[in-house]
Amino acid sequence: MKQILSLMLVTVLGLLIIVSLDGNPLYVDYGDAQAANRISTRFIRRDVNGGNQAVWFGVSEDLESGPANIVTAIVADYRSFDTLGEVTVLFVSSLGVALLLGTLTTKRMELEFHPNFMLRVGSRALFGIILMTGVYIILHGHLTPGGGFPGGTMIASSILLLYLSDDQFRTKVKSFKVLESIAGSLYVVLGLVGLFAFDYFLVNFLDNGVLGELFSAGIIPIVYVLIGLKVGSEISGIIDHFLTEEGA
Amino acid sequence: MLNNLVEIVISILLVVLALLATSSKSMMKTVMFLSALSMLAVVAFVIMQAPDVAVTEAVIGSGLVTSLFVFTLLSARKVVGKQ
Repeated sequence: MKQILSLMLVTVLGLLIIVSLDGNPLYVDYGDAQAANRISTRFIRRDVNGGNQAVWFGVSEDLESGPANIVTAIVADYRSFDTLGEVTVLFVSSLGVALLLGTLTTKRMELEFHPNFMLRVGSRALFGIILMTGVYIILHGHLTPGGGFPGGTMIASSILLLYLSDDQFRTKVKSFKVLESIAGSLYVVLGLVGLFAFDYFLVNFLDNGVLGELFSAGIIPIVYVLIGLKVGSEISGIIDHFLTEEGA
Repeated sequence: MLNNLVEIVISILLVVLALLATSSKSMMKTVMFLSALSMLAVVAFVIMQAPDVAVTEAVIGSGLVTSLFVFTLLSARKVVGKQ
């Protein structure tokens, strides 16, 4: 009975979505969309001198939004304050995990699962590759898909792999906490520099450079490196809390 | 046409995997179905041209969350075994 009721509810909701989207002028039919008239194109093409020409990878200079990846331009430039809020949300969640699971004396949790020699050595080899991929994704966040959040999580995944493959392994949790607080404070300091020395909070005050080069897009790579370090150390701390228990 | 077919197959599989995840009795199987669901969602995101979301979903959805769930289940089983 309950299942039939939930099926009916889901069907009604699905029909409601279809009916509300059908014939809505905001959602044009597939193939009829006029991409040239979209407001995003005007933002992509706008440069700092007031011009509005076509953008070329590796050629265009002095654009208003420097990164080649337009998602990064929104996340770390136009809506950087929003990203600061997201980082704060992650910080509060890691604080909650620490409050719930943290103890004074910790040791590794003993599971009924003991990795053998081959798993240990193989995971050590994989660890470096995953770590380097994470660092690559953070550093190229303004050029290719990815950025601080996925890259930092990838770094945390490499730490998790070490935890998985070795039942005696512990990271240096204290230094991770120091790294996390330094990275988070530097992000706020970067915003305050923009507020006091330039126009407003978290303004992109460095030169944008040529679109598509590694050293371009002003402060966005710096912001992403800071976010990546913060997210990576934070989630590593959460993993450590999950895999330890009370005891000497 | 081929691209369209892939989209349809993926969307049907997504729904099927979500139903399997909610209806399976074993918790471990649920976690595995959820992991497969996020893996298919990555393919769907790539087809819908959202590579940023795809990267995040691949790392968080099918990597980190799955392993955290598995570890939590293992430690919960340990506590149940002691009592």
